Amino acid sequence: MAAVQWRSRGRDYDAELQRCRPEATPVEFGDYHPLKPIMVTDTKTRRGTRKGSTSSSSSSSSSAPSDPLSSMLDGTDPLSMFAAASATETSAMPHTSSTGEPGRKKREKQDEAVGSDFEPWSSKRGEILARFTTTEKLSINLFMGSDRGKAPNPGSSAVSEKVRTRLEELDDLEEGSQRELLNLSQQDYANRIEELNQSLKEAWASDQKVKALKIVIQCSKLLSDTSVIQFYPSKFVLITDILDTFGRLVYDRIWTMCSDTRPLPECFTLDDVNDTAKETCLNWFFKIASIRELLPRLYVEAAILKCNHFLNRSGIQETLLRLTAMIRGVGDPLVAAYARAYLCRVGMEVAPHLKECLNKNFFDLLTTFRQISGDSIQKQLLVQRVEVPEYLTLYSPAINWILQCIAYRAAESLLTEMMERCKTLANNALLLNSVMRAFRPEFVAVRAIDFISMIKDCDESGFPKHLLFGSLGRSLACADPPESERLTILNEAWKVITKVRSSQDYINCAEIWVEFTCRHFTKREVNTVLADIIKHMTPDRAFEDAYPQLQSVMGKILTYSHDFSVLFSMERFLPFLDMFQKDNVRVEVCKSIMEVFIKHQVEVTRDPVILNAMLHICKTMHDSVNALTLEDEKRSLSLLIIGFIRMVSFGRDFEQQLSFCVEARATFCNLEPVLVQLIHTVNQLAMETRRVMRGNHSRKTAAFVRACAAYSFITIPSLSSIFSRLSLYLLSGQAALANQCLSQADAFLKAAVSILPEVPRSINVEGKLRSSENFLLDFINNFLATLLVVPDHPEHGVLYLVRGLLNMVQDYTWEDNSDAKVHVYISALPLLAAMSQETYLYSIPNMDSNETLYGGDPKFLSEINKLCETLIGQILDHLKTLTRDESVRRQSALAFSLCAAVLAHGDLRNNKLSQLTINLWNLSHKHGHCETRVSVQTLEHIKHQAQQPGMAHLLDTVQRLTLQSRT
Amino acid sequence: MSVTLDIRLKRANKVYHEGETVSGVIVLSCKEAMQHHGISLSMEGIVNLQLSSKSVGVFEAFYNSVKPIPLISSNIEVAKAGKIPGGKTEIPFEFPLHTKGNKVLYETYHGVFVNIQYTLRCDMKRSLLAKDLSRNCEFIVHSLPQKAKPVSAPVDFTITPDTLQNIRERSSLPKFLIRGHLDATNCEISRPLTGEVMVEKSDVPIKSMELQLVRVETCGCAEGYARDSTEIQNIQIAEGDVCHGLSIPIYMIFPRLFTCPTLETTNFKVEFEINVVVVLHDDHLITENFPLKLCRT
Repeated sequence: MAAVQWRSRGRDYDAELQRCRPEATPVEFGDYHPLKPIMVTDTKTRRGTRKGSTSSSSSSSSSAPSDPLSSMLDGTDPLSMFAAASATETSAMPHTSSTGEPGRKKREKQDEAVGSDFEPWSSKRGEILARFTTTEKLSINLFMGSDRGKAPNPGSSAVSEKVRTRLEELDDLEEGSQRELLNLSQQDYANRIEELNQSLKEAWASDQKVKALKIVIQCSKLLSDTSVIQFYPSKFVLITDILDTFGRLVYDRIWTMCSDTRPLPECFTLDDVNDTAKETCLNWFFKIASIRELLPRLYVEAAILKCNHFLNRSGIQETLLRLTAMIRGVGDPLVAAYARAYLCRVGMEVAPHLKECLNKNFFDLLTTFRQISGDSIQKQLLVQRVEVPEYLTLYSPAINWILQCIAYRAAESLLTEMMERCKTLANNALLLNSVMRAFRPEFVAVRAIDFISMIKDCDESGFPKHLLFGSLGRSLACADPPESERLTILNEAWKVITKVRSSQDYINCAEIWVEFTCRHFTKREVNTVLADIIKHMTPDRAFEDAYPQLQSVMGKILTYSHDFSVLFSMERFLPFLDMFQKDNVRVEVCKSIMEVFIKHQVEVTRDPVILNAMLHICKTMHDSVNALTLEDEKRSLSLLIIGFIRMVSFGRDFEQQLSFCVEARATFCNLEPVLVQLIHTVNQLAMETRRVMRGNHSRKTAAFVRACAAYSFITIPSLSSIFSRLSLYLLSGQAALANQCLSQADAFLKAAVSILPEVPRSINVEGKLRSSENFLLDFINNFLATLLVVPDHPEHGVLYLVRGLLNMVQDYTWEDNSDAKVHVYISALPLLAAMSQETYLYSIPNMDSNETLYGGDPKFLSEINKLCETLIGQILDHLKTLTRDESVRRQSALAFSLCAAVLAHGDLRNNKLSQLTINLWNLSHKHGHCETRVSVQTLEHIKHQAQQPGMAHLLDTVQRLTLQSRT
Repeated sequence: MSVTLDIRLKRANKVYHEGETVSGVIVLSCKEAMQHHGISLSMEGIVNLQLSSKSVGVFEAFYNSVKPIPLISSNIEVAKAGKIPGGKTEIPFEFPLHTKGNKVLYETYHGVFVNIQYTLRCDMKRSLLAKDLSRNCEFIVHSLPQKAKPVSAPVDFTITPDTLQNIRERSSLPKFLIRGHLDATNCEISRPLTGEVMVEKSDVPIKSMELQLVRVETCGCAEGYARDSTEIQNIQIAEGDVCHGLSIPIYMIFPRLFTCPTLETTNFKVEFEINVVVVLHDDHLITENFPLKLCRT
């Protein structure tokens, strides 16, 4: 093929722009426009005429747009109508027989329901199980053999063996078999109990009611065993689960017996219960009443307390009071306390309005308190080697629960009375603790001073005071004491806390009080508190065992103080931070600080205190990165550090900012995203300088922007990702150009070109290997666009960079069977065409591009044309290789893009060029792989172009471009 | 070919009083029609007496079992020989609870040496090839309320080492003071026995406190009788070293069937007693005995 002669078409960009600008047409009010708000007028007709509809006909007639969903909810939909109807039916039915007036009933019903503000037992369960643990071996003794082995009671004369067995039948699980499981670990124990729970359910399901009862009795017997006393609260939790199951089973059974013919309504009366059900229920109570041992009798009867509903009205109240009195017979105060807790729990569930029994329980509890110091308990503790303070804490779940039940919606006066009673008792620390935990925080808060003086009056030996202050602190964290008392409270409390000797106890307590301090006081107090914590936790590296608490302290401080200048100006804050010496904890803490910082620091800052501290924190995070750090972790750390860098601004002091970036680069060299951010920051800095100088740099600023460029130039090579490097080179080059740093810009662009060969053919995108070709093409196009304004280097030849790039492209090892290289060539044509214009499409202010350098020098133009011709020659050569069947499609596409490029940028007055266009057109249509729609549009565009002044010659060409008719 | 025979009483609790009518149905269910030689139903109430081997010699006890005392007896023929259809057949029946002469219907009582029992028995005679079927069903008789209301007067008690009888070494006894009261010893059988007990002081810790319900049965007549007391049930009311000075409730429900209103006849007697038992930690056993008079009102 003869060499093609290239002539670029002359362009008048301004005129073209003028022609292209679309006319703005105003949108009429009524017209449709996608961005206009939608107004729908509500024209719904009422459907209230439906027969039997009792629903209110309050269909909305407001002007608000109607929502089809909400209109379903206003009661006219069939489902809610049925529901409403059946509700009235069922509520009407049972009252035909009952004599009670409905109003009263309703109120009772409301009283009975325990609100959601009552913390349920289920939420305490886990806490107790987690807290009261033991490593000692436990034993389960199912079937107390003592009865059997004992000699016959001298008091009773001959008892026939037959009757005896019959009576004792209830006592043993499997006749004559004693199962004693020794040496159980805590987990084994829990598993055994769970097994028993399962076998209870199985026995029940297989109609072995007596066996079920036996299991329950045996289990509740375990509660009288206080060996391994530390585990008792957990044991209580496990076993009462079984009791609850049993209670539910019995109740449900009797319920279904009543619902034989028709389901029993929710609030049934005695008349609804049939005789068989009553008899069954009575049988249960008789059976339970004959259980020999006190504790099982007590627990099992409490478990089925709810069944009293089936027998009589006042049964529950009487039973509760009777059982309350019965607990007095339990000698061990701990066992008794838990029995009371269970009774209160059942009572609250079944009849929360019956407060009397709760109070009675509490007062009985108070009376039996003196037993704790009695001989038998002391002896027991000695044997089990349990300290009194530890023993006392075993009580807290039970007492807390009882008090919580009492305090629930209780009158202020009652609480005051309770408090008075506690005061009168000598050893009241345990109680006081429970009062503070169970009563409403508001109630405690207003009397905080009172409480403090009471705590002081407690004797030290029994219950540790730091626990008391811990409880008080917990209340004060939720409710505010009167303003005037706050400082006194803090002082008084801290006086005691600071004297706590054990560091673990100390930090547990201090952690709670930090919240109160942060909430109400300034940094001075918080600082003092921190100083105290440091003082206590530093000796013997006590902080090592208290990281969770220390972290929580940090968390609380961060929750309440968002002003970081205040925070970091606290002398003790950073020393406090230094206590986190375990690496992962330290990083965790730093991250939490950073998160709060990013969230709450709204304005950029230059405060040296903040910057120093933050740099320190960020450095800690950065330094935690090592070869084993997960990608994700790195990413999140980088994000946090980037967040900080973006918050730093020295305002007009650009040099300072740059030196900050220098320092940051040194500090965060291992985290690439941070480096990338730093380069962006510096580029932005350069552009900001330019803006301030309005484009005209002084000597000083020019030097500064060069420094910025230098910064970027030496930072970029340290990045490992090739595409970050490429794009940053380009970006920095652009920034340098904008700042008239020609040689720097040159260096950037040259560097970019020189690393092009390093681009791998495939890269890892989101864990998958992908071909890098598209990314590379994108970059090269972007790069080419920049090259338009880059003036040629005086020492190098014409179009040095363009040639360099094209050479690189040629030498690059493209994928086999790839047209990427040719695509680059084709996209270089528009650049070259644009370069040969008299006035360039765009230029950089205060910067001379080639247009002014060469001023349309014919030599320059002919260089360009030669280059174009070479490119076209290369492209045509390539096209020729694509003649085989499988590649004709590619050939057609390439030919079409080249054709389009020539049409748009070539000067078609030149016959050869015009002939080339036609040949390419025909080639692309030869195998019918062209999309007709695109061809038609192209033709139309050219026809349109031909009508522009000076383009008439196009018409000739167009006429020779024929559309291939589809067959 | 299986057939089941069942007696169902109308009352779920099976409790009847003298003068009332025991009513119910005989339920027959079989897969197909069945031939039989007549179905009869009988009601019987008897007192069974037995002499304990302790009071008399073993052989005497065996041979000289006192004759049972019939209280009531009647018999009706439910169906003549014939055929019953397949499926479930219910035949209703009624027995009036009337005694002949001046006999009294004692309350149902299951004891050791005295048993008062009322049963319904249904018999179905069948051909030689098939076994006869029969079915027993116990029903419970409660005596009519007594006219005279029992006078309920609380009974106070105090137990100290000095109040104790039949002990060997009074000197070895630890010191203790236990006070209490029973709300009544004339008890209504359907109401629980109540009272309070309080340990005021005790040198030795207390191990357990129990309530022991004892039946005292007497068989025979003036010339020779056997009197035996046996335990009915034992209920623990306190476990472990209870708090001193705190009153502990005494509470016991009289078990059904095993108790009845105190009964005194020419041939036998049924009486009840309650023992308040205190076991000390050194296994000293202290018992305070109270005779009870049970009645039904």
